[in-house]
Amino acid sequence: MSKKRRRVQEKILELLVWLCSFFTLGILVWILLYILMQGIPHISWEFLTTSYRGESKGIFPMVLATIYVILLSLAVAAPIGICAAVYLTEYAQTGRLVQIIRFATESLAGIPSIIYGLFGFVFFVSALKLKFSLLAGSFTLSIMVLPSIIRTTEEALRAVPSTYREGSLALGATKLWTIIRVILPCAIPGVLTGIILSIGRIVGETAVLIFTAGTAIQGLDVALNDSSRTLSVHLYMLAKEGLSLQETFATAAILIIIVAVINFLAGRLAANLQKGTTSL
Amino acid sequence: MNGGEISCQQKSKFKTSRRSLIEMIIEKSFFISALAAILAIITITLYILTQGIPAIWKIGLGEFALGQVWKPLENQFGIFPMVIASLLGTFGAVVLGGVVGLFTAVFLAEIAPSWLVAIFRPAIALLAGIPSVVYGFFGLVVLVPIIRNTWGGPGNSLLAVIIILAVMILPTVISISETALRAVPSEYREGSLALGASPLKTIFQVLIPAAHSGILAAIVLGTGRAIGETMAVILVAGNTPLLPDSLLDPVRTLTVNIALEMGYAYGLHREALFATGVILFIFIMVLNIIFNLVVNTKEGRCDK
Repeated sequence: MSKKRRRVQEKILELLVWLCSFFTLGILVWILLYILMQGIPHISWEFLTTSYRGESKGIFPMVLATIYVILLSLAVAAPIGICAAVYLTEYAQTGRLVQIIRFATESLAGIPSIIYGLFGFVFFVSALKLKFSLLAGSFTLSIMVLPSIIRTTEEALRAVPSTYREGSLALGATKLWTIIRVILPCAIPGVLTGIILSIGRIVGETAVLIFTAGTAIQGLDVALNDSSRTLSVHLYMLAKEGLSLQETFATAAILIIIVAVINFLAGRLAANLQKGTTSL
Repeated sequence: MNGGEISCQQKSKFKTSRRSLIEMIIEKSFFISALAAILAIITITLYILTQGIPAIWKIGLGEFALGQVWKPLENQFGIFPMVIASLLGTFGAVVLGGVVGLFTAVFLAEIAPSWLVAIFRPAIALLAGIPSVVYGFFGLVVLVPIIRNTWGGPGNSLLAVIIILAVMILPTVISISETALRAVPSEYREGSLALGASPLKTIFQVLIPAAHSGILAAIVLGTGRAIGETMAVILVAGNTPLLPDSLLDPVRTLTVNIALEMGYAYGLHREALFATGVILFIFIMVLNIIFNLVVNTKEGRCDK
């Protein structure tokens, strides 16, 4: 009797496990299908290449602003993050300082974007007098993505076999030369994966940019020292206003497509990386 | 000929000394870059605290943290309803997302055939990559009407917040719990099965307890994401700064309070928003410390 009941309990539990998993998958499919089906019909060449002014409801300035913000944030965060990771993996002795650096990086990763937004607003916008601008937004974002760049680069560097290091050093190369010519090139796929994932975060970020880059709509020329909205901020403003549902869906669909492409690229790189290390 | 040799030697000597100087500069710049994270966290902490704490001082900590009325125009700055909304929303999301996420992780680590895992992996990565504002928009056009039509009320509600946040923390919970489950030594599994336990009993009574610190880390990280989320919440919460009586009442979380009013606030009002940020910051730092404790109780660092 009790054995039977236990078997029933187990069956229910197993059913629950399956249900939860397919709930997870289902919700993703639902979001994707819903937004893409409502959005894609409204994406047109005109939508992509005009400004959001008067009659035209285009997103070209927002696309430009998004690209600028990606490039600028990465131009700051990537070199610093990669150098920091090199220090942590190749130079640092395990000690108090390294512990503090790790704690700082983990804390940075845990700070919510709205706090970054507040900080960017008082520091870059007000104290450094950058005003609401793509510059202020990008600098704030560069701090936000720094932890993930450091972490992924570190992992990539650690995955380089130590025989490479030793071989290069034994041939008389200096430590720095070994790092630049041997270790970093081997770690490039891993570093790139980190950078691509950071691009994803930058594209999706809204809370930071509202308080640092503002929400102004520009014409077809977007300046770095002017306020401008990225695609995500644009989607937020459209959703909040609730005036033009078609454009809102189209913008959301474009964001999802961008994220899907980014994930695909990162996945391919990671797969290549795994193949590379197992074949070694 | 001779002279040329000497000058060549001198040249190479000069070259090596210059090269070692350059090397030194580059190596120093590695070190300075590594310090950037520390510099950033200190600057952020200082700025948020110095901007926010004076307001808490002026309003009074009791009145600020426990006050139930938020009317900036009448100089009433009580964030208690927002604290409660943030805690309830996060708690609900972590319970819901935690259970669904853990079960999904169990499925992926133990039950699912590998071809199904190959479908789930990129799906979960995509779920993690979808911008929060897209989640908010989806919640606004799909979830809110469903709640309004099924249970009545405005639709913009605590329930909507909980559901959206639960979905948003799923990828975090799933990927970290799955890693933790897979890290359990296979002897545990084999031993349990050899003793006659069923596969499901093995999962729930051996593997999950063995992976508990990793799962706990996943839950703590998910909590951090949920409590800090702004843009998804702002679109579905309704944003009234009142204590909710039921799941169907509109709420305003701490994060939303900042995001909604920062645009036009000045004076004490603005300072009070920074003070809201301070409270949020404290929550996050406590979670960070808990996370570090959880991870460090496991030997060494959390794998991945």
